[in-house]
Amino acid sequence: MSDPKQFVEIRHAQKSFGDLEVLKDISLTVERGQIVGIIGSSGSGKSTLLRAINDLDPLTGGEVWLDGTQVNKKLPHRQYEAHINAMRQQVGMVFQHFNLFPHMTARENVIMAPMLLKGISREEADRLAEEQLDKVGMLERIDYYPTQLSGGQKQRVAIARALAMKPKLMLFDEATSALDPELVEEVNLVMKKLAEEDMTMIIVTHEMDFAASVCDRVLFMDQGVVVEEGPPSVLFKTPTQDRTRAFLRKHLEGAA
Amino acid sequence: MDIELMLKVYPFFLDAAWVTILLSVLTAILGLICGTLGAAARLSRFALLRFLGVAYVSLFRGTPALIQLFILYFGGPQIGIQLDAFEAGVIGLGINAGAYMTETIRGAIIAIDKGQREAARTLGLSSWQSTYKVILPQAARLMVRPLGVNLNMLIKATALVAAISVIELTYTAQRYIGSTYKPFEMFLLAGVLYMIIIYATGRGVAWLDRKVRIT
Repeated sequence: MSDPKQFVEIRHAQKSFGDLEVLKDISLTVERGQIVGIIGSSGSGKSTLLRAINDLDPLTGGEVWLDGTQVNKKLPHRQYEAHINAMRQQVGMVFQHFNLFPHMTARENVIMAPMLLKGISREEADRLAEEQLDKVGMLERIDYYPTQLSGGQKQRVAIARALAMKPKLMLFDEATSALDPELVEEVNLVMKKLAEEDMTMIIVTHEMDFAASVCDRVLFMDQGVVVEEGPPSVLFKTPTQDRTRAFLRKHLEGAA
Repeated sequence: MDIELMLKVYPFFLDAAWVTILLSVLTAILGLICGTLGAAARLSRFALLRFLGVAYVSLFRGTPALIQLFILYFGGPQIGIQLDAFEAGVIGLGINAGAYMTETIRGAIIAIDKGQREAARTLGLSSWQSTYKVILPQAARLMVRPLGVNLNMLIKATALVAAISVIELTYTAQRYIGSTYKPFEMFLLAGVLYMIIIYATGRGVAWLDRKVRIT
């Protein structure tokens, strides 16, 4: 069915909330190891598209494929649950508001899912927690609770938690939007490091500089469609569409 | 005020207070069980269970607990339910308290940010795994104080079973009024003992709340 080269494939994605159509026939492919940025103003549908990839916001129409398997298969409830849980284990997701589990330490946040779902031992889990938290520079805070951490630290723990499941794909939903400006960089550095390790990443972001520096491709979305896409060097410097130009003008001014 | 009389009958009131405490404990346990089931029904993805949950809550919160006790204790035998007064008291009050606890427990569960469930689900946890690993541990902490309020109401509601002649604190006070003609002293004595029970329970709840709080 699907071309094996296409690691992530979205076909004719359509999504409506009642009368409001938030995604209008979007098709998109992402190759293994590619880093794709999605930009656009709020309400453009970019988060909805990202959340459709692991079926967190199920599409109204269209298909999502990951590594040769359709994610949003129509199945009876029980079968669908088993299927989607297996799919989601392969896709890490990082949220704007971190969504760390407040009743667990950083370590427990990281090891809970691998212990529960992969049945690894406590020793293995502890090694995994140390390894993942070290990677995001949070090893020193391994036994801290989320309330004892800054926003940037929380987000780094949330990234470690997602990575501990050894995902094939990472989705970032405005990972730095809720952070104080001085905390953005530490999270960006972790994401850059991940990008250098050839992780496939789809990043919804408001930060044009960051998108320009890490993404292989950037998509500009507006009113539920992909208006324009291309390598950041092209999209940011010589956009062809008026809407893209207007958005970039506003955003780059806003940043300066 | 006849203090001498109060000191004389005081030990009998103390015995009755233990009955009130036992009644409260058993009612609270049954209430928690009913409340948990009720909340699960209210939050179920099956419409029928949701309906039953709503019906349970409206029925038992929408009628006086005293009428519920009367139906169970006096009306029960007519439909083949034979219970002694104490059993009827525990079951009647427990089911009634469960209706209030249903809303408390449900409230604590839905108060948990929906991002918590989303984060758990995106890691690959099933709906049930997300509930017991992520949602319930947080909701349980949130519900300590409001369940404490339910407990406070429930202890006071045990006075109602005097009306079906369970020999607890209120009934004992009434009995001693019959022989002493001193309602002020007798009800005052009962009131003081209720207050001690409720104060001690309140302190216990506050302690538990501090102990389980995350921050």
